[in-house]
Amino acid sequence: MLTAFLIVLRRELLLALRQKSDLFTVFFFFLIVSSLFPLAIGPELSTLNLIGPGVIWVGALLSSLLVLHRLFESDYSDGSLEQLVLSGEPLTILLLGKVIAHWCIAGLPLVLVAPLIGLQFSLPTSSLMTLTLTLLIGTPVLSMFGSIGAALTIGLRGGSALSSLLILPFYVPVLIFGAGAVGAQLQGLDISGHLSILIAMLCFSIGLAPLAIAGAVKIALE
Amino acid sequence: MSFWKFSSPQTFYPVAKKLSVIFFVLAAVLTIWGLYIGFFVAPTDFQQGESYRIIFIHVPAAWMSMFIYLVMAFWAGVGLIWNTRLSSMMAHALAPTGAMMTFVALWTGALWGRPTWGTWWVWDARLTSELVLLFLYVGYIVLRSSIDDPRRGDRASAVLALVGVVNVPIIYFSVQWWNTLHQGASVSLTKSPSMASSMLLGMLLMALAFWMYSIAVSLVRVRKIIRQRESNASWLSKSVG
Repeated sequence: MLTAFLIVLRRELLLALRQKSDLFTVFFFFLIVSSLFPLAIGPELSTLNLIGPGVIWVGALLSSLLVLHRLFESDYSDGSLEQLVLSGEPLTILLLGKVIAHWCIAGLPLVLVAPLIGLQFSLPTSSLMTLTLTLLIGTPVLSMFGSIGAALTIGLRGGSALSSLLILPFYVPVLIFGAGAVGAQLQGLDISGHLSILIAMLCFSIGLAPLAIAGAVKIALE
Repeated sequence: MSFWKFSSPQTFYPVAKKLSVIFFVLAAVLTIWGLYIGFFVAPTDFQQGESYRIIFIHVPAAWMSMFIYLVMAFWAGVGLIWNTRLSSMMAHALAPTGAMMTFVALWTGALWGRPTWGTWWVWDARLTSELVLLFLYVGYIVLRSSIDDPRRGDRASAVLALVGVVNVPIIYFSVQWWNTLHQGASVSLTKSPSMASSMLLGMLLMALAFWMYSIAVSLVRVRKIIRQRESNASWLSKSVG
């Protein structure tokens, strides 16, 4: 079971590294979207400071949607998704491997670059730490929920736009507590509650989302 | 003669017609009665004046918007687990009514908010979570309608509805916490401590009327869906003639 999980994870990462365009798209989309906000709102540092955490979180959320359709679409069309279902290994575990690979491509780079963008919004160092930490806990949850949407829309026309529409409402709690933690810290409040709830959402989604993803994949392949 | 035989579209189709007529009549009677009490019997609110009377539409619509989502997810789940066609059709039929109720609740809320709070919209916890609920309905309907194969559409949208039901409390509480943290508009919907009994009666009657209407209109819609899906069945061509 563990070997199968690792094989899937390795395969997905290898595919992503061989075709780097996805990695770059997500990364630069995030940078560009976050840089658009100061241009639209104006360069006053006090305003930017106020909206910074929210903008960076929304940017991360949209960027992680960007490559969601890649998660299942090519595997579906060349039949390898069917082979995963037929392999006899637990499908939830195999799909968890795919989701974690998606996070490594569309989540982890954002976590790493977020402090840099935070500096552009003149966030203090302590906020940068919190921002990175909340993104580190929160982006896997985004990948989990996003994969449900991607699995439900396998093979449909306009699949990626459709899955964004389905999934964005479920991102609301993550956004609230992720961006909220940074905002609360800027106001000098305790953020351990925010972090605990984010971690709870992470545990919850790791436990339950693979079931929904596996169900959706099986439905799509029927 | 078993109760379960009504789970077949063929037996349910004629029953739904009779039931929908009954529920439409009930809805009409209750609406007239409720609106009469709401407009002529219930006293004018001393704080809000006449504008409070929109609650006779607003509150029932808000109740139904949440309740219908639960019922819809229930039928979708039943359809997913036991593979019963009619359950999935019922879930499918409920969604537009639920979305409409959510929209009505938001719209009438805005109309009420303007004279009372002085603004069309505040980022209050209830308003925000109702808005998210509308998005959930829209997602369900869009997913359902973009899948051509009806069986797959049933099952995929059922998964979405169930994921939604699990998440609705999380979304609601997070929005509530977000709101209290921000201390934005400090307005409360439960402003009047005690409600005149005629107001309460009017509201309950209207809630029942909305309930009956939702049942009736879903039954009509489920009949349309049956007719569409089972268009090849021989019983249908006989009964429609």
